[in-house]
Amino acid sequence: MSLEDLYREIILDHYRNPRNRGDLPSPPAMRVEGFNPLCGDEVVVYVDFDDSGVVADIRIDGQGCSISQSSASMMTNAVKGRTTKETRELIRAFKAMMSIHEHRLDGDGQEVLEVVSPDPAVELGDLEALKGVVKFPVRIKCATLSWNTLAGALDTVESGGD
Amino acid sequence: MAPPADRRVTLDVPTVRKDFPILDREIAGHRLVYLDSAASSQKPRAVLDAMDRYYETSHANVHRGVYTLAEQATAAYEKARATVARFVGAPSPRGVVFTKNATEAINLVASVWSRSADATARVVLLSEMEHHANLVPWLMLREERGLELRFLPVDDGGRLVLDDLDRLLDGVGLVSVTAMSNVLGTINPVRRIADAAHAAGALMMVDGAQYVSHLATDVGELGCDFLAFSGHKMCGPTGIGVLWGREDLLERLPAFLGGGEMIRDVRLDGWLPNEIPWKYEAGTPPIAEAIGLAAAIGYLSDLGLDSVRSHEQALTAYALDAFGERFGADLAVHGPPQACDRGGVLSFAYRGIHPHDLSQVLDSAGICIRAGHHCAKPLMRRLGVGATARASFYIYNDEADVDALVAGLVAASDLFLPA
Repeated sequence: MSLEDLYREIILDHYRNPRNRGDLPSPPAMRVEGFNPLCGDEVVVYVDFDDSGVVADIRIDGQGCSISQSSASMMTNAVKGRTTKETRELIRAFKAMMSIHEHRLDGDGQEVLEVVSPDPAVELGDLEALKGVVKFPVRIKCATLSWNTLAGALDTVESGGD
Repeated sequence: MAPPADRRVTLDVPTVRKDFPILDREIAGHRLVYLDSAASSQKPRAVLDAMDRYYETSHANVHRGVYTLAEQATAAYEKARATVARFVGAPSPRGVVFTKNATEAINLVASVWSRSADATARVVLLSEMEHHANLVPWLMLREERGLELRFLPVDDGGRLVLDDLDRLLDGVGLVSVTAMSNVLGTINPVRRIADAAHAAGALMMVDGAQYVSHLATDVGELGCDFLAFSGHKMCGPTGIGVLWGREDLLERLPAFLGGGEMIRDVRLDGWLPNEIPWKYEAGTPPIAEAIGLAAAIGYLSDLGLDSVRSHEQALTAYALDAFGERFGADLAVHGPPQACDRGGVLSFAYRGIHPHDLSQVLDSAGICIRAGHHCAKPLMRRLGVGATARASFYIYNDEADVDALVAGLVAASDLFLPA
């Protein structure tokens, strides 16, 4: 494990020059907060869906480490223009890359771990740069913070609330 | 350089380091630079051996058996209690209650005091710099029992503001304050607060988790009614802490957890509590851990707490100087600027680099520091930060460790903020 596996150049670029940083008028934009109690990171996701459920615009506010900030920055680029369904698939693919496991007990009461299975058609593009985070397990929560926060926004939208 | 003849005067760090087996290991090809003793200290061979020897030769459950092993285990456990009592200047071992850790010791007092007749004044005075261990138990009781909480403020220099102490104490039943901040390193004027608390008719508890391991402690000099601390921050094992309490209070206050050992009699329609301190020790206690803690106290006492303190103060001064010379305004240390006012705990902000990233880069050079809110989120908000990086020193740290930290911070800056 080397630092270069974690701090890839594209990650450092997004950290130093975060994309879609700031806020959106809310309402109409949805505003969702996320917290990482481990390192005190706080992320605020502002997301605007158009009438057909497409992510029309998205902004990130808050504070955090290079991994959480760059992951959030790359996420904004990746989800803009996607439908909620496509965004869900991307979140699932990202979490699969982060080796997020789902715990369940099998018929014999043994605990089994299943990696979240993504749609193989989903391409992660630049986000692949964050793959190295898996080797630093304590940082996975940093990388997924903004994604989980965005997923919370989708839950609210799909349940019809705001 | 020949080691000083008397380790009680000057800490002989190279010799101390040889006592800690873990310091021989490497991290990522680098020697281990352990700068997180405020979270948990490492353990000397004497502690590991004492616990092994106990399990290999004398283990049985304490207090009930009449056979040889049980007698030996009980004697060792109670001897450990006496060792703790002497270490903190307690009048007798009867006031020493073994707990899981300092957190449990504070929870014990919070629980039994708030249920007692002593709590007629249902106001508790804490401070803004408390660890969650001395905040959350009280916040829970505020919700459950309607206690009123007040807080001594912290000034910009990381010190408690005591200007309004007498006014804040009006109507207070219990004061609970840390003797040394785990974030700022601030050493608080506990005696002054205790005297004021007593003058106002309140009881005084001291959270000694960061203090007892670093400075000679005497409950009489502190002027407190309760003192809580943890074994694992003072070279002892995890899983054991201490509540020292004034014996008349421990006798008067109700029991904490119910179960075996803490009773004198049990009937289907009632029970009678055991004598102190066993009244507060329900169930099989951490026997090996108590013996390990006694070994740790023996180890620290041989070094001498005065030499521990002077070593840490000198190392803290060296680190503050090194930070200032190398980084200037790029590195801001939270808390008192003078080493004499603080323990060996340095929380800092460095060039806007997130503490988590600093810690990650330092880890790649074998350097362990803590990054986060240090279980003091209200204090983080007071400081206006989400997290800090924290380096903390103990008996096995030396100037080479500080130099490694400085070099690691330069490397982090090169990575995140290239010129």
